[in-house]
Amino acid sequence: MILKGRAFKFGDDIDTDAIIPARYLNTSDPSVLKEHCMEDADPTFSSRIAKGDIIVAGKNFGCGSSREHAPIAIKASGVSCVIALTFARIFFRNSFNMGLPIFESDEASSKIKQGDILEVDVAEGIIKNLVTGNTFKARGMPAFMQELIADGGLIAHIKKRGKI
Amino acid sequence: MTIAEKILKSHTSDKGFKQGDVIRVDIDIALANDITAPIAIDAFKSCSKKDVFDKDKVVLVLDHFTPNKDIASATQCKIVRDFAKEYHITNFFDGGEVGIEHALLPEEGLALPGDLIIGADSHTCTYGGLGAFATGVGSTDLGVAMSTGQAWLKVPESMKFIFRGELNRWVGGKDLILYLIGNIGVDGALYKVLEIEGPAISSLDLSNRLTMTNMAIEAGAKAGIIAPDVVTDAYTKTRAKRNYTMHKSDPDALYSMVKEYNCANIEPQVAYPHLPENTRGISEVGEIILDQVVIGSCTNGRIEDLRVAAGIMKGNKVAGGLRCIIIPATPKVLKAAEAGGLIKIFLDAGAIISPPTCGPCLGGHMGVLAEGERALATTNRNFTGRMGHPKSEVYLTGPAIAAASAVTGKISSPKEVAV
Repeated sequence: MILKGRAFKFGDDIDTDAIIPARYLNTSDPSVLKEHCMEDADPTFSSRIAKGDIIVAGKNFGCGSSREHAPIAIKASGVSCVIALTFARIFFRNSFNMGLPIFESDEASSKIKQGDILEVDVAEGIIKNLVTGNTFKARGMPAFMQELIADGGLIAHIKKRGKI
Repeated sequence: MTIAEKILKSHTSDKGFKQGDVIRVDIDIALANDITAPIAIDAFKSCSKKDVFDKDKVVLVLDHFTPNKDIASATQCKIVRDFAKEYHITNFFDGGEVGIEHALLPEEGLALPGDLIIGADSHTCTYGGLGAFATGVGSTDLGVAMSTGQAWLKVPESMKFIFRGELNRWVGGKDLILYLIGNIGVDGALYKVLEIEGPAISSLDLSNRLTMTNMAIEAGAKAGIIAPDVVTDAYTKTRAKRNYTMHKSDPDALYSMVKEYNCANIEPQVAYPHLPENTRGISEVGEIILDQVVIGSCTNGRIEDLRVAAGIMKGNKVAGGLRCIIIPATPKVLKAAEAGGLIKIFLDAGAIISPPTCGPCLGGHMGVLAEGERALATTNRNFTGRMGHPKSEVYLTGPAIAAASAVTGKISSPKEVAV
């Protein structure tokens, strides 16, 4: 699977209240949640994001709550994947469980600029910056977690394999 | 082996695992609340199993937006209520039985030493204060766990923090954990287990221990664990309805880092907006005028916390123009506060008493902030917009500073008001 989109840059420690503020958690409807995605970090995000675009952030992306509403809002916005220096652990596992591809890369996180056009090879973890020509390799993931992404998330994985 | 590794080993058939391996574990408790359960129920139904894996091991607590704040949140609760009825969930807490989940489960003897607990709530790590391996997960994990009784976990490394020395006056578990987070940062324990021990920890009651492990997630940790001891056993044995195991780490257990703190150097802590790592000692805090003080939450809403607050507020009045909201974490805490005369002290001081709810901690209801307002709270997060408007501010402290600040109207040491 090859993903392609514009980079939307964010800083360190983007928490789940910034990704989807708790004041909107009285619903889990993706079409409502996407309207407020990243609202407290960038109020213009939901109006500017287009299908396929990619979030590129610093360290500890998704820290805070366990709310799956965060990756749901990101996915419903049309974001194809998230690249960060590191992810907070619950956001990290939620993304795999939901089949939202995420990648950890020190270099990609720091060198990619707002608006750069990126191409990502999901299976290989290769991130290409089509503007600068730079290529980055994301950190490897355990085989089980690669399986989750390939299967399309935890539920699809269980349906396919009959167990976790 | 570390205590975390021992608990994982006793809950998996993937023997011989090493750090970094993904293992499948059998869980003792699967917990969700009114925000996370509806999505988990969808996930459960997608697994197309006829029944939950064990109706006694699924715990559902309607604590976040209850008593319901609007039609949408009432609809979410109804989904959970209908599910609990249809599947005969034993441990379903609704109406007057609702307490804040992480205060409620230890109190009810549902979370026990040696357990492996997953919860669709990040503060599930609280139960590590009992000597359990407890970790927050998402709703999909929880839905799958309700169906299969299992979860996947990546075996974490452990870090050890040893607290030595005597606690200073007005210092409690909240101050120790804020100090630790201030020291290592909000991702200082990312993906790892944060094991806490030492003479100062042994002298803490269970309430203060639970406060510490509650905030392990604020350092990025997968779990926070305090080895169970006589204090844990005394608390647990009267509450537990099943057997439990008290593990401890071996002397030769491997840690990615070991760090020691001297409590003599730790004064009451204040975490400034907008991250729990922005900590300072109370003596370094200038004049910060407050609009609201919240005393409650899964971090500091137990009876021990309310006793500290009431001791300072007794005979004093809440400062003019400040709203002070007291939220006993569970119905039993509220009853004990009533019986002990604490509720009268709070009401005489001019404080507001809220029913048990997460409420304002996450900007849900019962004390949401307007633009430009500033609150001090005994809660666990002070992210941008956490308690309301994105341009409001939250400072975090323990109950002693919170009570003193409610009286003076600005962030204050209890020394300024206590007799």
